Amino acid sequence: MTGTPAPAARLRAENLTLSYDRRTVATGLGVDIPDHSFTVIVGPNACGKSTLLKALARMLRPKEGEVYLDGAAIASYRTREVARRLGLLPQSSTAPGGIAVGDLVARGRYPHQRLLKQWSAQDETAVTEAMRRTGVLDLAGRPVDDLSGGQRQRVWLAMVLAQETPVLLLDEPTTFLDIAHQVEVLDLCAELHAGRGHTVVAVLHDLNQACRYATHLVVMRAGGTVAAEGDPAAVMSAGLVQDVFGLPCRIIDDPETGTPLMVPAAPRRPAPGGDGRRLGTAVR
Amino acid sequence: MNPAHRTEAADGAGPVESPPAGGARAPRVVSGLVVRAGGGGLSLRVPGRSMAVGVALCAVLVTVMGVSLTTGDFELSVTEVVRALTGGGSPGADFIVNTLRLPRLVTGVCVGAALAVSGGILQSLTGNALGSPDVIGFTNGAAVGALTVIIVLHGSMTQIAVGALTGGLATAAVVTLLIAGRGLQGFRLVVIGIGVSAFLLAVNSYLITRATFQEALEAQAWLLGSLNNRGWTQANAIALAVVVLLPVAFALSRRLSMVEMGDLTATALGVPVGRTRTVLLVVCVALAAFATAVAGPIWFVALAAPQVARRLTRSPGPALPATALTGAVLLTASDLAVQRLFTDTLLPVGAATGTIGGLYLIWLLVTESRKSRA
Repeated sequence: MTGTPAPAARLRAENLTLSYDRRTVATGLGVDIPDHSFTVIVGPNACGKSTLLKALARMLRPKEGEVYLDGAAIASYRTREVARRLGLLPQSSTAPGGIAVGDLVARGRYPHQRLLKQWSAQDETAVTEAMRRTGVLDLAGRPVDDLSGGQRQRVWLAMVLAQETPVLLLDEPTTFLDIAHQVEVLDLCAELHAGRGHTVVAVLHDLNQACRYATHLVVMRAGGTVAAEGDPAAVMSAGLVQDVFGLPCRIIDDPETGTPLMVPAAPRRPAPGGDGRRLGTAVR
Repeated sequence: MNPAHRTEAADGAGPVESPPAGGARAPRVVSGLVVRAGGGGLSLRVPGRSMAVGVALCAVLVTVMGVSLTTGDFELSVTEVVRALTGGGSPGADFIVNTLRLPRLVTGVCVGAALAVSGGILQSLTGNALGSPDVIGFTNGAAVGALTVIIVLHGSMTQIAVGALTGGLATAAVVTLLIAGRGLQGFRLVVIGIGVSAFLLAVNSYLITRATFQEALEAQAWLLGSLNNRGWTQANAIALAVVVLLPVAFALSRRLSMVEMGDLTATALGVPVGRTRTVLLVVCVALAAFATAVAGPIWFVALAAPQVARRLTRSPGPALPATALTGAVLLTASDLAVQRLFTDTLLPVGAATGTIGGLYLIWLLVTESRKSRA
């Protein structure tokens, strides 16, 4: 059951009302995460993207509505059982002081282990493989404290991969990384999705990165509702960005990949100098 | 539809591109020795360094125990002690070993281990080196209970212990209520605990001003924390607490080290964080309260033993067994020192650990504040 793409990991949310204490973040929120997709959730600050992700991972109990995982209400699973089906990389985790990279990645195997089954051959294979895929195998003996931000994020990703879950949820995996490391991490996510048929769900801030990498885009608007979802090329439009972010822009083709590229409009001036013309050709 | 791979992604982002090399036996990726048996049914990861440290601490503890039992006002040989322990000694040796020295020693070992593990759990749960039952008021709470019994109710030694236990548990309940729903992480528990602790200290002072001279003397003696005149009643009580509670703590220490990574990460990896935390907090408070009930407030052990153990084992987790041993060694060695170095004054061990503890606390605060500024 720890295998690759076999079990249909179907994750969906129905009619969610999400709130922290008394502050309601979303009402009537419903999302289907297509199997084997790379789904990216975008939206303005505080629209409830991360909250939705938390609900999908059973970290937040919805006030109303239900999240379903593999056909059953996620609330009905035991914590360990959820952890075998669904991995989550939160925005921030604390690496225990002095821990070595290999030992931290090995902690991803926790849901598969028992008191007297602490390190099976299967654990070893999964951890080695996860570290190889994320390119941190050579760092195995190094203390995590010594690593750069980009390396550290790859180590955390390796830990979630070692968990061998068919579904991976990533909460802003690129925050605090410089642009090169952002691209590196996203390339890695895309590779995981393409190579192994993982269902990957990520919350991202950058619309253009979202459009480039997502196979399924979920655009949320303030108040916690879904403004649009679907293939990025079909979903993205200047009207949508104006509607959701209140930002005038134009959408052109990404010269590298052909995916939609959002270019914010220059500050409104009476005569739009040369700015407009320089921006790409394929204006939608 | 398009996984949108970057077409020429070579630019130095090497690791991402490296193809999975098929089956090459890589060197072991995790630390520690791996023991497997029963066709994969049993597999253990044994942290080598922690084991070595544990063995070394055991050796030190046995040495301290040996010196404690053989030396003193009446020197006994090792054979005499062994004979007395196995029931075949002379009446004199039997009295000295089994009635005078052994219960005190057993009490010291168990109180030291209990305080150390209590501190280790709390430091781990709060992620703070200051998260220790004596700093955040559990110990002062136990003292309020004990003093109430001594001064108001004129209770016996056993009743004093029950009073201390009640006071410690009640304080823990109050502190938990005050931080309700906000999580244990960070400075919050420590700050609230220090406030509660200061309040309870004032209550203690008030109680003593209400006491007669005789009561005040008795209260003061208890407040200094001592292993003097501890008999089998105390030794059995704390031994029972340790035998019941330490295995629970040890069994949960793997989960505890997961919880240190943050609530979300731990939950995502399948740890029932809330339940783990509640059980461990109860174990932590019970250990501290029992130890204080038996020996009075003994400072420093709960604060320092976990830190010493972590540095010795270089463990990324709480290292509770090593912590327990460190606590036992610290307390029995301190007690041995006050017994043998200050023979004529009957210096209570609490005074010794308090002095070392004060210096340690200063050092800790200085280094912590430096760290936070860096």
